[in-house]
Amino acid sequence: MDNFTTDYSGAGGSGKMDTGTIMEQVKVQIAVANAQELLQRMTDKCFKKCVGKPGSSLDNSEQKCIAMCMDRYMDAWNTVSRTYNSRLQRERARL
Amino acid sequence: MDSQGVTADPQLQQFIEVESQKQRFQQLVHQMTEVCWEKCMDKPGPKLDGRTETCFVNCVERFIDTSQFILNRLEQTQRSKGSLSESMSD
Repeated sequence: MDNFTTDYSGAGGSGKMDTGTIMEQVKVQIAVANAQELLQRMTDKCFKKCVGKPGSSLDNSEQKCIAMCMDRYMDAWNTVSRTYNSRLQRERARL
Repeated sequence: MDSQGVTADPQLQQFIEVESQKQRFQQLVHQMTEVCWEKCMDKPGPKLDGRTETCFVNCVERFIDTSQFILNRLEQTQRSKGSLSESMSD
């Protein structure tokens, strides 16, 4: 199993890490975590939609379905993100 | 790095607040996409048709409405009955 810990002692372990470096590293970690979350949910949904009784391999139709499903899931995610963002703007404008 | 240094740094403090808020947003998008997918998506096609897209938009709005409704009603219930535990033991 890979080692999931990260050594943040960019400064060699002694002395302080500068704020800028920490912020950049944290942003990367967050982006990675979000991508993993997206992939995990996408896999779950597309498996449910596209794979019936599991065979000994993924057949062509299943693969095509999964490919389309991935794209539709991204479309859905983007629509939800846009809609939620608009709603938040509207709510803030009311206050 | 001592903890005093971290919390006393206003730049870091603001960064943490901004990123936390962004994460709360992201988490809700993940959650709503999942819930609305169940409600709105039949068979994944070559594109997201208008009807399905509208369903997702409505779904998000109604989800947030539901959340607000629950908070408001909870507040009302607590105010009129004194405490939640009282109203729940009825």
